[in-house]
Amino acid sequence: MLKVEETQQPVEFSSALVLKFDDIVTRYPEGKQKSALLPLLHEVQAELGWLSPAAMDKVAEYLDILPIEVYEVASFYSMYFLRPQGKFVLEVCRTGPCCLVGAEKLMGHIEETLGVKEGEVTTDGLFSWRGVECLAACGFGPVLQIGPEYTFYENLDEQKVDQLIQDLRNK
Amino acid sequence: MARKLLLEHINVPGIHTFDVYRQKGGYRAVEKALKMTSEEVVEEVKKSGLRGRGGAGFPTGMKWSFLAKPEGVARYLVCNADESEPGTFKDRYLMTHIPHALIEGMIVASFALGAKTSYIYVRGEMMPQIRILERAIAEAKNAGFLGKNILGTGYDLELYVQPGGGAYICGEETALLESLEGKRGNPRIKPPFPAIAGLYGCPTVVNNVESIAAVVPIINDGGEEYAKIGIGRSTGTKLISASGNLVKPGVYEIELGLPVEEFIYSDEYCGGIANGKRLKATVAGGSSVPVLPANLTLKLANGDPRLMSYESLSEGGFTTGTMMGSGGFIAFDEDQCIVRNTWNFARFYHHESCGQCSPCREGTGWMEKVLHRLEYGHGKMSDIDLLVNVAKNIEGNTICPLGDAAAWPVASAIRHFRDEFEWHVKEPLKSLETNYGLADYAKPIVKTEVTTEN
Repeated sequence: MLKVEETQQPVEFSSALVLKFDDIVTRYPEGKQKSALLPLLHEVQAELGWLSPAAMDKVAEYLDILPIEVYEVASFYSMYFLRPQGKFVLEVCRTGPCCLVGAEKLMGHIEETLGVKEGEVTTDGLFSWRGVECLAACGFGPVLQIGPEYTFYENLDEQKVDQLIQDLRNK
Repeated sequence: MARKLLLEHINVPGIHTFDVYRQKGGYRAVEKALKMTSEEVVEEVKKSGLRGRGGAGFPTGMKWSFLAKPEGVARYLVCNADESEPGTFKDRYLMTHIPHALIEGMIVASFALGAKTSYIYVRGEMMPQIRILERAIAEAKNAGFLGKNILGTGYDLELYVQPGGGAYICGEETALLESLEGKRGNPRIKPPFPAIAGLYGCPTVVNNVESIAAVVPIINDGGEEYAKIGIGRSTGTKLISASGNLVKPGVYEIELGLPVEEFIYSDEYCGGIANGKRLKATVAGGSSVPVLPANLTLKLANGDPRLMSYESLSEGGFTTGTMMGSGGFIAFDEDQCIVRNTWNFARFYHHESCGQCSPCREGTGWMEKVLHRLEYGHGKMSDIDLLVNVAKNIEGNTICPLGDAAAWPVASAIRHFRDEFEWHVKEPLKSLETNYGLADYAKPIVKTEVTTEN
């Protein structure tokens, strides 16, 4: 069961974000602005790092739909974070083809290197990691992605992951 | 070298840009199609024999001809780029390297269907590909191939990219439409089919990325030319995503009818099994299709070579055959554990079940649990038949095919690898440390002589 983080922290959307919203809703016929929900949630998450209840309420207000219509979507799709994450979320593919070429071992290595379990955030707030289902890059496994632009890292091994974590720390 | 239609120019530097794509003959299909009537375009696609490349293999031209055309109601074309079937990564490859092939196909297909607004629904994780497509759309629009009055013909088309939210179920066309309407991806009860009531209740066609891209060579060369490639009712070329323990995993364009053995072992394709190991099993069309042992992968039950075609892969039904599916070809070497992989896939389907139908919601969970205990040494002999029973109770009892897709890998693994499951029960400790190995799963099938009775 997904748990939504309880917080009453008010949220402000930047004017740049609202401009993006205004552009996205033009893609759909009049009265069908609810279609913009998934893209809008991606934009909010890219800016705020996760979807707080207050942020979801504001999206509902913008699209003129009920808050529950946003909650039910945000909790259905696996890409939306309903609680705060690390600045960099390492998402490792854990499905069949990647496991044939060492994904499980790699996840163990990431857990050990970062010192946190799946879904937890490192104390410095920089990292969290989780296993995700097939990322459609099976021929280049093991793979991992990092949002919000979902940059892809392919043909990974322990050394490459160590280097990546080092690079992200220095960013 | 085999003929390439989709990936012919894959290695040309800058082929992802409009200018280079155009220099290589790109957008000729749009110029040609817009001089034809929409019915003529549909007719060419029908003649080509093109079958849906997303998994179901339904004839594309026929799907198009089912589209309802009531007066004054908008029609939509939606491209299914929610590629999520484990083992399948061809659409990502195509969109990354030759995005204009998809854009060009979208324009031609939208024209054929009379759509004025079309959407490409791309899975949200493919954000880099979404950016690539958005850039490609802007380039095409700038060159007059999209927008108002395309090439002065009076045809208007707007094309948009829609990101998904990370849900395998949205590859099912009605779930995809729900998602595009901003809802949870719960598949709809059919009928009505999308051709009658799809996006926003309007007539809609949903096609896979590769199917739409294939429309380009069909219009350029004619449907009859396209139908000459391939074998029987499997016409044209197909992108195969090859993964697992292969020397050269990757995306390959094959002419349908290529022998499976040649695909796995020849240097033109996968180059054989990695690290000098032997082949144990394959999943030939994405994780949903039945798994086959090595011997039945290479040969039919009668000893004839198995070919990469819709018919040959499904030869023998589910007793000795499998399916073409989406063309996600996964190879397992002799060190891989079938029980572990079946558990992995079962976990995937449990995670991805939308929860709408109880046989799938509950059944996938139980299959995952039972397979987990078999893999981790706590299984009972009766668990094996229990799994078969659960699979049988899911299959055919759900609104969408995810239930079948979850049941088939489990049922087929037990059908062909029962020895290995039993060994996990009999030797629980040993099975934690080592694997069952190749056993006789690669034992050659002897060609049976057909005796004709006089």
